[in-house]
Order: sequence, then structure tokens, then C-alpha cells
Amino acid sequence: MFGDYSIGDLGSIFVMQGFAGLILFSVYVLMALGLAIIFGQMGVINMAHGEFMILGAYVTWMTSNVFQAYMPSLFGGYFFLAMILAFIASGALGMLVEWVLIRHLYKRPLDTLLATWGLSLMLQQAYRSVFGAREVGVELPQWMLGSLHVTDSIEVPINGVFVMGLTVLITVSVAYVLYLSRWGRQVRAVVQNRIMAGAVGINTEKVDRYTFGLGCGIAGVAGSAFTMIGSTGPTSGQLYIVDTFLVVVFGGAASLLGTIASAFSISQTQSTLEFFMSGSMAKVLTLLAVVGILMLRPQGLFALKVRK
Amino acid sequence: MIINSRFFNRSELTGFIVLAAVLFVILPLSLDVFRLNLVAKYLTYAFVALGLVLCWGYGGILSLGQGVFFGLGGYCMAMFLKLEASSVENTKIQSTPGIPDFMDWNQITSLPLFWQPFHSLTFTILAIILVPGLFALIIGTAMFKRRVGGTYFAIITQAVAAILTILIVGQQGYTGGINGMTDLRTLKGWDIRPDHAKVILYFVEVVLLFACIGIAQFIRLTKLGRILVAMREQEDRVRFSGYSVANFKIFAFCMAAVFAAIGGAMFALNVGFMSPSFVGIVPSIEMVIYTAVGGRTSIFGAIWGAILVNFAKTSLSESFPQLWLFGLGALFIAVVLAFPNGLSGLWADYVQPRIDRLFARKPKSGWNGNSVADGAPAE
Repeated sequence: MFGDYSIGDLGSIFVMQGFAGLILFSVYVLMALGLAIIFGQMGVINMAHGEFMILGAYVTWMTSNVFQAYMPSLFGGYFFLAMILAFIASGALGMLVEWVLIRHLYKRPLDTLLATWGLSLMLQQAYRSVFGAREVGVELPQWMLGSLHVTDSIEVPINGVFVMGLTVLITVSVAYVLYLSRWGRQVRAVVQNRIMAGAVGINTEKVDRYTFGLGCGIAGVAGSAFTMIGSTGPTSGQLYIVDTFLVVVFGGAASLLGTIASAFSISQTQSTLEFFMSGSMAKVLTLLAVVGILMLRPQGLFALKVRK
Repeated sequence: MIINSRFFNRSELTGFIVLAAVLFVILPLSLDVFRLNLVAKYLTYAFVALGLVLCWGYGGILSLGQGVFFGLGGYCMAMFLKLEASSVENTKIQSTPGIPDFMDWNQITSLPLFWQPFHSLTFTILAIILVPGLFALIIGTAMFKRRVGGTYFAIITQAVAAILTILIVGQQGYTGGINGMTDLRTLKGWDIRPDHAKVILYFVEVVLLFACIGIAQFIRLTKLGRILVAMREQEDRVRFSGYSVANFKIFAFCMAAVFAAIGGAMFALNVGFMSPSFVGIVPSIEMVIYTAVGGRTSIFGAIWGAILVNFAKTSLSESFPQLWLFGLGALFIAVVLAFPNGLSGLWADYVQPRIDRLFARKPKSGWNGNSVADGAPAE
């Protein structure tokens, strides 16, 4: 399959596909980060994670419409406000869901799966009723259009670079919050031993609620970033949910670093394979490889050494 | 080890008689053929729900990939029927007569090798049982021998469902793609489309369902069923007692797969087509929901769950397409939060005691014995 290309062409192909893979990687990381917190840290199988992401995308879409209608001069900067709004909207919905639903189910992880699946159906129908069944796309500000010429045969789109920069920023801040802040220590304490954490005076219920909200909020930001590279429909979230779970499981559920490593390897494999075969076969082979590796190494790439 | 000497206890016998009466007598007499065929479609999911009772309710293994086995069984049956429908004289307008129409559309000029054996009905029936069974054996062995369970198993089975769907949709020339296999006509020359054939197929399906109920009930009553429950409650204790937990899990998972596959094959026969929309993640989770709504530890409950949820789905989505998903979503949440034992739990808590009182008998071994096997930890 390499026969028809020269060495230089192949190099460019790998760079371009690698870059396409990096954009996919950014979306995976953003989605998986939220899930790594909710599923990896808290053990809640949140099947509605994709819908929280889509909520962020819709918030971004609405913000861009508002800016277009009332403040066209500031349109170039709408995205930053949209991202904050997306984080707040998804995070607030997440905290509400935790209070109504999830907190009753911490002892029954498989049941959270069923309940959040029901939630995802309701949210999908709500989006369909409010925003219509058709996919919506946002208009990008002028400065995000176009691409950077690196060499003659290599071009990278600016919005892709922006999404990647954003991903790095969010990942670093999540890592900071979880590993260095006081609140992050409380989260990890609750996850490791709920009873002892409560005994030393941590308000575990409150920590749970904010942790879930944070995970959902990050999903909202992921959705916000997602609008720059694709359009949004009521069921778009469902398309990504299995991939995201695989990314988290493959990385080793409790490890942020593992999540990033696995998002990187999965997205790179997929986008490189996509050049040589149909998209569906590339996806099948990637997923098969992931499932195969998980069968050999069920704890994922980066496992914490814990006694069960 | 206490094993009930009777095959059904009193409340199960009531359940059995009611279900048999409804399926064999009341529904065929009261519904027209179109509606009866819909019931036949719902019942194909009852097979899956039955498998899930064994594997999830008793074994504690939540599989989100039952659509895979439903699909494999269905596709095996559909391949046989499609080959019969694509005889040389039926397909002489194609550029290659004698192969299924979708292959011809995708410029495939000869029947692929893995399609060849599906000319034989015996092979097809064996394949319906063996292909999903072996597939489940491979997945189960790989996972359970390495002690993967719980949420991880659920997510990996879900991924398998996603993979199979993408594969079927992507390989249009070999599988019919997103449209699936349509226009299935005859089974060994016997037309499956007219009304009387649909009625006969309905009864064949009900008989098969009762056979499967018998098998499931038998498994439940033997020591094997007790070990499954014990494993669900305290896996390590069972392991320390010297049982191979992995083998029992693999067995339960394979049984569930075979039941699902039988349902899938009956689906292809009754509904007359098979498509990837019955394989993927969404249908797989819906199948779990039927079981959860009916009651995950109750054989008859799960079957009623499959029938009633599907009935609600058809009637609600006919009249209020907007509200249907809200209703379904709310149902899941309500079942999980408020009635973890589903309809059968409600029945056992509220209806059964009244019936017992009505007959003025003490609620003795009857349903008490049952609830020990179902709910309480086996310690």
C-alpha cells in the first residue's frame, strides 16, 4: 500500500494525517478528561456525558448568534465568553443531576449506567424540541479561518491549532486543580476512602457534587471546542460516548496521564489508518486493537497499584 | 443445599399459567395478524431479556453487547433466507444472477466464501447457536479469566457492539450495509410473508420461548443457579470455596448469548429483514432496560418487561412521537431509583400478598422461598 508514494510524499502524508489526528486527539482528550474525573475518580458511568458536551456546543452556538445579532464588532472574541458560559451551563446541569439522581446511586455503579442512559434520552429529546432536529454549525470568526503554510505540501488549519492550544491549557489547569489545590486533595481523599475522608472533616457530599459538576463542565468546554471542527445535532454526543469510554478505560481509569496517552495513541492510529483504507475500517481496526489490548491488559496503560 | 423439589413454586406456576394463557390463547384470539406479528417482534426481545436474567440478574454480569448476539443470530438466519430469495431465476436481471442483490450493486461477482455454507438449513441452524455461542466464549474467556468484571466488562461489550455495527455498515457488499438484508421471502420454499405463515411463525416462536424458559428455570433451580447467585453476592467467597468463578461466568454469558441469538433468528423470520440498527449500542442498552423494567431476577418479569416496554414504545411513538423519549428516559430513571426489582418486585411486594390473603393461606414457602433465592445475599 506504500508503493505509489515517494518517500517525501509519505512524510507529508504522515505529518498531515498526524495533524488531523492531533485535532481528533484534542477532542478525545477534552471529552475524556471530564469522563476520567467522573468515571475514573468517582466510579460513575455517565452515559449522558455526550449530552453534556452537546449542551456546551449549543451554548456556544447561541452565544455566537447573540454576538452576531447585537455585537458584530466583538464577534472575533465571542468564543472565549462562549466557552465560559458552556462550562457554567454544563457544570450547573451536572450538579443538578448529581443532586437529583447520582447521589442515590454511588453504591450501585451499574445502575448509574441505566439511569444516566435514561437521562441522555431525555436530554436528546429536549435538544430536539428546543433546537430542532437539524444540525447547527457556528460561524467561525475571521481570524480562525485559513491555514498556516509550513512547507509546500504541509498545511495546518488555524482552528485546529487553536483547539489544540485550548486542550493543553485545560489539561494543565485540571491537573493543577486535582493534584495541587486543596480542593483537589479533598477530591482524591474522598475517592480513595470515603469514610475516612468524612471522618477527618471533609464534606464528602459537597465534594462529590462539585467533582461531578467539574467533570460535566469540562465536557461542556469540549462541546464548545467541538463546534469549531464539526456541526452539532441532538444525537452528536452519542456518537462519541463509546470512544470516550474506551479512551478512559484504555488509559487506566484513575490516571489522567494514562487518559492523555491513550487518547493520543487511539487518535493517531485512527487518523493514520484512515488515509490508507475506508474510515469505517480504520475505526474498526483501531477499536479492535484497543479491545484486544484491554483483554491482555485489563488494567489499562497506566494502572495505579492498589490492593483490592 | 436446598433445591426445590418442584420445578415451579406456587407463584411461578401462576406466572407460567398466566403467560401461557396470554401468549397461546388470548393474544392470538384477540389481535389481528398485523398486531400479532408485532407481538412476535416484541417476543424476540423476550429471548434476550431471558438471557439477561441469567447473566445479569443471577450472575451479576451486565452485558451491554447483547445486540451483538441478537444480530449474529439474526444475520445467520437472514443470510440463509436471502440466499434462498436470490435464486438464479429470481435474480436474472442482475449482472451476476444467483447472488444477493446488494452484492450485485456493490460490484461483487461471486458469492463470498463465508456465505457458501448458508445454502444449507442445517448449517444455518447450527450456526445460529454456535457462532454467537463461540463468540461469547471467546470474549468471556478473555475477560473473566483475567477477572475483568463489572463496569469494565459492560464498557468492553459495548465497544464490541460498536465495532460490529461499524463493520456491518462499512462492508456493504458482504452484509447489505446500513439497509441490512431485506426482501426475505421463503424458508425451504415455504413463503414466510402471508398472514397464515405469520401466525404459524408466532406459535413456533412462543413454543421456543417456553422451551427457553424451561431451560432457564432448570438452570436456576440446580446447584449451578445457586452458585451464580452466590457469585453475584460474594464473588471471593465462592472462589475461596474452590469454585472456578470464571467458568460459571463464561457459562452464564454464553447462555445469554445463545438465547439472544435465537431471538435474533426469530426476528429475521417474523419481521422479514435484519439490519445493523438492531446490533449497536442503543438497541443493546434497550434490551437491558426491558430486563430492568420487568425485574432482573425474575424470568417471567423480564418477559413481561420486554412485551410491555415494546408495546408502550409502539403505541406512544405512534401517538406522541415527541413524548416517547421523555417517557422512556423517565422510565429508566424511575426503575433504577424507585423500583430496582422492576415490575416483578412490585408484584411480589404489593400484589402477591393480597392474592395470598385472598386465598386465606399463610404466605409460607411459596413466594418466601423464592425471594430468598432472588434477592437476599446467599450467606
